[in-house]
Amino acid sequence: MSALSAAFAPGSIEVAVKASTREDAILAAGRLLAKSGRTTVDYANEMLEALEEFGPYFVLAPGIAIAHGRPSKSVLSSGLSLAVLAEPVVFGSEHNDPVSLVFGLCATDHDSHIDVLAELATMLTDTDLVTFVLNAVTADEIRALLP
Amino acid sequence: MGIGTSVLLKMNAEKVLKQLGIEATVEAADMTTARTLGFNANIVLTTPELVASLTGLPAEIISIDHFFDLEELTKKLGKALL
Repeated sequence: MSALSAAFAPGSIEVAVKASTREDAILAAGRLLAKSGRTTVDYANEMLEALEEFGPYFVLAPGIAIAHGRPSKSVLSSGLSLAVLAEPVVFGSEHNDPVSLVFGLCATDHDSHIDVLAELATMLTDTDLVTFVLNAVTADEIRALLP
Repeated sequence: MGIGTSVLLKMNAEKVLKQLGIEATVEAADMTTARTLGFNANIVLTTPELVASLTGLPAEIISIDHFFDLEELTKKLGKALL
């Protein structure tokens, strides 16, 4: 199993997630981190703080947001979640709105999850693969696309 | 230091710099660190939303719209460094 595949704990990927605001969308990705045992429920609110402080800078590519907080006591182990939104949500990003894929990221420190991010960067560079993820009907289909 | 978005950008920047044959040290930094570390950098790569918070640094600020578009990174880093 690749580092990226292992980073998504069981229950951390969900499709057809309903969210009407960018806050809802971020909280959805945060809820999946808590549900899959990576964080306490508090972490989702820590993810929102970045938005409040700096705006939607974490919408990194067309349709793709990577929401995260800082390493904190709310983080139980490093990992990822993915909420595929039922309807795209406007985040206020100049170049990359609207958002359909919201990844949640949590880390216990600054470098133990670097191999995971390297694999995620490679995956998101592959536009065909991103299209497959967007069109997946079940979480298992997305899991099967992971390296 | 950065844990997420900045690390992703650092990885792709390193990939592109290697392809361009440019030797460089790339550091991932959160905003607090960037405002300090940026003083020693030649170039600061960031997102359009954060450019305004980084002005005042002596470094050249380059705004990247699409973190996973290696062509955009190649074009902008090449223009600044070659």
